Amino acid sequence: MAHSGPPIRLFQNWSAKLAATPMILTALVVFIGCSLWTVVYSFTNSRLLPRLDFVGLAQYERLWSTPRWQVSIENLAIYGILALVLTLAIGFLLAVLLDQKIRFEDGFRTIILFPYALSFIVTGVVWQWILNPDFGLQHIIRGMGFSGFTFDPLNNPDLVIVALLAAGIWQGAGLTTVIMLAGLRGIDEDVWKASRVDGIPAWKTYLFIILPMMKPVFATCIVLISAGIIKLYDLVVALTRGGPGIASEVPAKYVYDYMFGNQNLGQGFAASTMMLAAVLAIIIPFALFRMGRKRHV
Amino acid sequence: MSDAAYPAAAGARSRSAAPRGRLLDGPAGLAPTRRLSGKRIMIYGGLLIFSAYYLLPLWVMVMTSLKGMPEIRMGNIFAPPVEITFEPWVKAWSEACTGLNCDGLSRGFWNSVAIVIPATILSIAVAAVNGYALVNWRFKGSEVFFTILIFGAFIPYQVMIYPIVIILREIGLMGSVWGLVLVHVVFGMPIITLLFRNYFSSLPPELFKAARVDGAGFWGIFLRVLVPMSLPIFTVAVILQVTGIWNDFLFGVIYTRPESYPMTVQLNNIVNSVQGVREYNVNMAATLLTGLVPLTIYFLSGKLFVRGIAAGAVKG
Repeated sequence: MAHSGPPIRLFQNWSAKLAATPMILTALVVFIGCSLWTVVYSFTNSRLLPRLDFVGLAQYERLWSTPRWQVSIENLAIYGILALVLTLAIGFLLAVLLDQKIRFEDGFRTIILFPYALSFIVTGVVWQWILNPDFGLQHIIRGMGFSGFTFDPLNNPDLVIVALLAAGIWQGAGLTTVIMLAGLRGIDEDVWKASRVDGIPAWKTYLFIILPMMKPVFATCIVLISAGIIKLYDLVVALTRGGPGIASEVPAKYVYDYMFGNQNLGQGFAASTMMLAAVLAIIIPFALFRMGRKRHV
Repeated sequence: MSDAAYPAAAGARSRSAAPRGRLLDGPAGLAPTRRLSGKRIMIYGGLLIFSAYYLLPLWVMVMTSLKGMPEIRMGNIFAPPVEITFEPWVKAWSEACTGLNCDGLSRGFWNSVAIVIPATILSIAVAAVNGYALVNWRFKGSEVFFTILIFGAFIPYQVMIYPIVIILREIGLMGSVWGLVLVHVVFGMPIITLLFRNYFSSLPPELFKAARVDGAGFWGIFLRVLVPMSLPIFTVAVILQVTGIWNDFLFGVIYTRPESYPMTVQLNNIVNSVQGVREYNVNMAATLLTGLVPLTIYFLSGKLFVRGIAAGAVKG
């Protein structure tokens, strides 16, 4: 409405269509075409090369009976829930702290966000060094007199998720903080005036008034964080290489290893299709939620 | 609890000074001149603890990279070097081994440069034209393609990586730098198109109409009217793409051959190689070298970086 309508005659607009060809090709060939291709081939017994030899759900049955996949899913669930909750909690807490009209706000924000500029490979390698049992945190705390202190998540199957969380949150929580801070700043000042008039303490205002008003911001953060969690790959490769043993394997790594390492394409396709299904299970409700909101406003 | 209401009051005052722009422009309004209350101490204490969590890894990286191996074996990773040496940096840059090559990270650095420059230029050019067509030259179905594009941004790459191998092989680009460039153009398209679409639709439509009346066509309006006034958004897009492409690992490892591996892949190979004695100082120097480009961009661009990710994230 705000813009002049498109020219009526078809040929007048052909340069726009030509210019949009890369977008159309990307949308149709890559995003839809390649995804469907993988889904279709996940029902075949392709090994070294993709073959259209359909075997029904055999790949999926094998997938779900493979211990490594089970561990991958379990890890992703544990890591995902903890990373989501911790990132949201830390992000909100830091945003509230930054919102208290503090000195050096720019400085603090720069510090909190800088790891987001770094790759997961860099992040993983740094944390691998910090958590190194012979030189890192464990070594230093032992040196401070606590000689019995043990904290070796990289070699402890039960704790390796902690290492991934420490590194993952270090890299990513800054983004959530910045988005939440923008959300806090977007809240109507009348809310604050009203709560001040009513004498409600600040922490109560944040928890019971501001937090519910930030639902859309939280929804955005949840979608962004979840999308990142499902794609979790580089960090695992750089930090733990899936170890110790298979203790920190994740689905994205399963896909890569089966497609390009084990020459078992069918397994890779089935595993990646499961990842797609998981994403759709998150995206579709969110899209419906957004569309519903637009209709109401 | 006596000063419980105080942050709320301070918060409200700052809000009235600059309700929205403060994220970009920094603190506004009166400077806080109050005495340090218990609340303030908690606020700064909390921020300092988190700052330590964020800064210590950077500190450890720098310190380790400046020490010799004997000092690392004896000492504390947090302690500054007794004897500063730049040898690990030299070694990481020009001698560290990955597989058969022992010419250091410099190879990966130049590979990454050769990937990032064309991929950034191409992806932004394509996405800017897309955004322009979506705002000013809508055609039947254009919004549908755009919606697919945005949804596509959430599809796990793992679903698409193998068919893309086949496509690249068919068009003869598999293993080459240009194949990887094409992949980055494709996967950068959703976010950058969104960025430009939002920016162009915020411009006054009279601009476009006036240029139309003057007889300018599709490309004329884009190149002579819109591009010159879109410098800020181009800067944001460059920041996003250069950091994003520089930091990529998955596409690099799949779509290029070892001799053209980008820096992240090479770094991982250096650090996580099984053979040889582990030289932690060289590893940390290599890590810093790999992180240097995005970090420099981040610290130089500051608010624009925040604006880029905030625009992409909130509006998405």
